[in-house]
Amino acid sequence: MSTLRALARAQALAAGVAQPVATVRHLHLSPRPLVLVPLAMAGEANAPLAMLVGAAPDETRLLIVPQPRNRDQRFAFAAELAAVLLPYLDGHRGATEAVAVDRGRDVRHRYVDAPQLLVPNPAGITFLRLLGRATRFRRTDGEHPVHPSVPLLGRWLTFFAERAEHPGSSALVAMTDALTLHWATGQSAVEDLHLPALLGWIDPPAGHTGAEAAALAEDPARCPPAGPATDPEFDNRWLAPAIAAYAAAEADPAARAAAYAELERLLRDQLAPTWELMWRGVGLLRALPPGARVEGRWAGDRDAFTGYAEHLDAGGGPQPRRDGAVAAAQRLHRLERALTSCAVQRAYDDPLVMAEHRLAGEAFVGEVTLADPKRVDDSGKRPVLRPRIQLVTTEPVLVPVGAVLYSPTRPAQKARVVFVTPAADGKTEVVLELSGGMGRGLAAAPGSVPEAGERLCYTTLSEAFLPPATFPTAEETPRCPSRRPPTTPRPQLRS
Amino acid sequence: MTSSEQRLAAIRGGVPARRHNARTIAALTGNPGCTRRAVLDGAGVDKPKLAERIGFPARFGQSRFAITRGNAFEAQLKADGGVELLRLVAERLGVPPGDRADWTDLGADDLADRQRRSREVLAAAVPAGPDEPAALFDHPLLGLDVAGRRVYLEPDLVAARLAGRFHVVEIKSFPVIDGQADPGKVAAAAIQSAVYVLALRELLTAEGHDPELVSHDVVLVCPRDFANQPVASLLDVRKQLLVLRRQLDRMARIDALLAAVPEDFTADLTAEPATLAAALSTVEARYAPDCLAACELAYFCRHEAREQTAALGRPVREALGGVPTVPEVLALATGERTPEPEQAEAAALLRAAARLRAEALGLPA
Repeated sequence: MSTLRALARAQALAAGVAQPVATVRHLHLSPRPLVLVPLAMAGEANAPLAMLVGAAPDETRLLIVPQPRNRDQRFAFAAELAAVLLPYLDGHRGATEAVAVDRGRDVRHRYVDAPQLLVPNPAGITFLRLLGRATRFRRTDGEHPVHPSVPLLGRWLTFFAERAEHPGSSALVAMTDALTLHWATGQSAVEDLHLPALLGWIDPPAGHTGAEAAALAEDPARCPPAGPATDPEFDNRWLAPAIAAYAAAEADPAARAAAYAELERLLRDQLAPTWELMWRGVGLLRALPPGARVEGRWAGDRDAFTGYAEHLDAGGGPQPRRDGAVAAAQRLHRLERALTSCAVQRAYDDPLVMAEHRLAGEAFVGEVTLADPKRVDDSGKRPVLRPRIQLVTTEPVLVPVGAVLYSPTRPAQKARVVFVTPAADGKTEVVLELSGGMGRGLAAAPGSVPEAGERLCYTTLSEAFLPPATFPTAEETPRCPSRRPPTTPRPQLRS
Repeated sequence: MTSSEQRLAAIRGGVPARRHNARTIAALTGNPGCTRRAVLDGAGVDKPKLAERIGFPARFGQSRFAITRGNAFEAQLKADGGVELLRLVAERLGVPPGDRADWTDLGADDLADRQRRSREVLAAAVPAGPDEPAALFDHPLLGLDVAGRRVYLEPDLVAARLAGRFHVVEIKSFPVIDGQADPGKVAAAAIQSAVYVLALRELLTAEGHDPELVSHDVVLVCPRDFANQPVASLLDVRKQLLVLRRQLDRMARIDALLAAVPEDFTADLTAEPATLAAALSTVEARYAPDCLAACELAYFCRHEAREQTAALGRPVREALGGVPTVPEVLALATGERTPEPEQAEAAALLRAAARLRAEALGLPA
């Protein structure tokens, strides 16, 4: 928690309404995201109970499982969900674009659009991950055959769940995460996980403060939980009798249809409020202008989608239960790189995020007072263009002489700190020597060197490409005792 | 009856103390710094009723589906007289299960009788030689002193004479999928099992045996993946034992806690809600958002703490330089308030943060 965000929470509490912590939208929003609101049966291992799903507010499909403990019904639910999800995914496999790879020596293609899944909260992502795990290894032949779409659904859900761990990805997003990335409420992070309360703070109904709206949203009788866990009171009072009535009506088709309709009604009532909230959240996020680098990160999602679609087209198998040693290390490395680069990109895109880094001494904003755009350094073998500028800032400058800084307005240009001098009134003068991003030759391209009077941010955060590390192949990795055959996973529980 | 006990009885309003169980004892470790909680739990006040009476009802309902599932899984495991359980536990401990095992069901109606039998049978099960068969004890009844009162505890199973020691076996119905389980549920199971380990160690000590005969490794048996097949895992509960012992020691010194409580403090459920709320506010609480998941009184304490920075979460409070209340934070941030000498650093940070936020949002600083 940065002090800036913490202060925003305090301000939200005093103002009675959530406060912005971003000035631009930091995630991609599809024009037709597929919203999924799942409910699970209490006590069971991720047994689906119901789901509302659809790509527009008025396109709801309600899927229910009248007896969640019945495994055939569970897989029938999976097949129904596949009948919604798979066509939605296929709808994004239209036009492709060519992308140069290997420094332009080769070209590959990726889809110009990709699917986007939205769920209410991180527990919704866990639900999809486990549903993917429960279905991706299922066989379409043998003793307990499932519909051919079921293992395919499982592979795609697993793909999305893994993508959701990738920092900066918008492929599968929890609405509470998306909203708290942009707004700070006057409640704690634990309470922010409750979508109705979170939206109560961000967009309170007329005549209510955020705190009042959140308090109302906490009453499960007034506002059902956003799932996948159900309200125990609802389970005991309504759901259990309705499931029992459905089971008891086995022999009587008319009574069975009535019991099914009653279950549908009950479950729809539990899900519909969350469905509305999901689309309100989408609306709030859409109202923000997208950050400049969001499209670039979405291209990464499109790459991943294209790659996985090709993997499945080529008859690729399901994701393993567990990564091997090398795959796990590679994945961790990929996630770390994505985390670093996403944090830098967000700061470059958004002055309010950069302000967090300014407060932490990783960036400062100053006014250019002097500029020498023609300065040439001829001390080396060849003369090189090395303009210098002087900035005056009121902020503390914690970077040492010799450090290399970057400015979000000229990300390709390096600025080496030459002098840091305290000046009058607590101000600081900083002299920077610039290299790169000025065109070829010994004269800087117009506008490439900051001019006196410009107000600029300089930061230690670098957008420069982080080269991926190399890892040994699986064959080169020694077998260690902890590598067990995948058929006997050993529980490793942490408390 | 000691004077402390009399005072605790008076605080409850004369009604019998509410019984603790492993779950409530485990919950005690959640917020050990909270005096209000220690006093109310020490006195055995019915906190759910108290919370309801003062208009802040707790929300700790349990779905009947979850209860049914838990009972069904346990019954399934014990159905064959423990053969499969023994195999699972022995395999997890890395010892041969042997060709036979003693299965003793200690469940009975009479509490005192059950406790006496449990004590005798468990003490007699201390391994004497290497060739004795393993023994499993179903539903033994153990005792533990909490705030000067005896609390009865019922572990799912105790395994003796496997790997030369006693092991507490806890059966839970949450799934272990590809070797991973919900971390919150595992943590709760660990602390709850630690309560049993502690009680079993006390039992052995009282019978003149080495308490270390009870392993700090608890065997957790859960359904594996999405089916009903059981899988056993080991949980090291040493850390939980330390925390638990510290909190129980603190509650045992209830006299010291009561010294900080006003003479007329009451949690008598027959008193007026306003009187109760006023009384509660005279005993210091230490609300944190985590309380919402662990303490029945949390909604009341949250309401009371609504302007405290700690109510926004400990990381928020720390990021705000430890300044205790939101109005103070904002006054320091705008410079309206002159900071105390020890707040100078926090105030400078808050002023800088407020200035940066205003600048980025295009607001007047």
